[in-house]
Amino acid sequence: MEPMIRVEHLNKVFRSAGEEVTAADDISFAIDKGDIYGVIGLSGAGKSTLVRCLNLLEKPSSGNVYIGEKNLTKLSGKELRMERRKIGMIFQHFNLLMQRTVLDNVCFPLEIAGMKKKEARERARKMLQTVGLEDKAKAYPVQLSGGQKQRVAIARVLAANPEIILCDEATSALDPQTTKSILDLLRDINQQYGITIVVITHEMSVVREICSHVAVLDRGRLVESGTVKEVFGAPKTEAARRLILYGGSPAGRWEERRIAEDLDHVG
Amino acid sequence: MWDKEMITMLVDGTVDTLYMTLISTLFGYVLGLPMGILLAVTDKEGIRPNGLLYKILDFIANLIRSIPFLILLILVIPLTKLIVGQSYGPNGTVVPLVIAAAPFIGRMVESSLKEVDQGVIEAAISMGAGTGEIIWKVLLAEARTSLLVGVTIAIGTILGYSAMAGVVGGGGLGDIAIRYGYYRYQTDVMLVTIVILVLLVQIMQGLGMLLSKKMDKRRV
Repeated sequence: MEPMIRVEHLNKVFRSAGEEVTAADDISFAIDKGDIYGVIGLSGAGKSTLVRCLNLLEKPSSGNVYIGEKNLTKLSGKELRMERRKIGMIFQHFNLLMQRTVLDNVCFPLEIAGMKKKEARERARKMLQTVGLEDKAKAYPVQLSGGQKQRVAIARVLAANPEIILCDEATSALDPQTTKSILDLLRDINQQYGITIVVITHEMSVVREICSHVAVLDRGRLVESGTVKEVFGAPKTEAARRLILYGGSPAGRWEERRIAEDLDHVG
Repeated sequence: MWDKEMITMLVDGTVDTLYMTLISTLFGYVLGLPMGILLAVTDKEGIRPNGLLYKILDFIANLIRSIPFLILLILVIPLTKLIVGQSYGPNGTVVPLVIAAAPFIGRMVESSLKEVDQGVIEAAISMGAGTGEIIWKVLLAEARTSLLVGVTIAIGTILGYSAMAGVVGGGGLGDIAIRYGYYRYQTDVMLVTIVILVLLVQIMQGLGMLLSKKMDKRRV
């Protein structure tokens, strides 16, 4: 079976003030349909750059990004816009339109797709139901909590009926409890609609919670990838070990113990 | 001095001033809004960076804005004659007012649009929105309160400029102030025109701010 997302020899070099920073260094990997794929790494490892290359928000310096059979880097502007409609994205800071009601925010991608207003509103209402916010349809984003805003963002993404959802640190601005509820929602969506989800995060707990597969990034390089069980159970590289055992921070000792417990469960 | 003639003159002057100000603001935006959009969009941080176009517009905006209005007024007389047939009176003043206001308005529009959260623009791009949709549905829609504050500032500034047109017989309150207050030493007439001008600016400013606050959904 053709993978849902395939990245081949992806490179991304940023140039500023004569300095070159390699944010993605010859990255290749594939994500199958229906996977929840985690990408972890310390901040500055190139996670965000990588996920932003998947819908070409960031144009790769070289390499190919395939969604299904289509090579995004070879598409025209219009073709790329059509392809992006199948790839939803949610963000750390939600990025809702502040001057629109919740309902109109969810309608936004449908307007872009040229759906009739009445039809769009109907679908948007249904999506708000899916995320449990039907009573907030007339509210404005400023009146919502962080978790509610992220639910609106998820409803907005779902409205366009995507095949893929990219999550760029989608829970990093939320408290642990809200994080859990958002992750539960994402897992439900994955199971119910079979949508492939890519999760970029620096929180190991997020990966443990919902991901089936994981890739470890270290200074722009993909150093390890596989099922969560494989990688977390027996990290092969130093970078992965450090990240997984210490959670990427000196304060990660506590995390280490929890992982040890988790691994016992995984057996 | 408060005969019927004087009052008629002041009323007419007020009407002329309002006419010049509002018409000039309108046409100022007809030119300045697209200019501001282009400046915001073609900037290197914009959604369609275009260094050359940005530099050209940037240069034009700075060029016109660096010419004092009084001099611009005289400089464009041939053009004014060509467009409205005369270089004096309220219509004659509208042309230089528009030319002076457009780049100023363009700059304000540019800065309003640049305040829109980059993340929201990215979200729209990720949904497959095109440049036109982003300009219309994201930039202009999200910046609407800031744009409206800009309109208020523009009206106030153009009102001030319009008074200067009195020097070349432009009509309106500024004209009256110069003719009576300056040439005829009738300070009281000048003071009355000043009071009317202050009131006009206050009313416009108040209305603009009220409306923009009403429209702003970013407050609880």
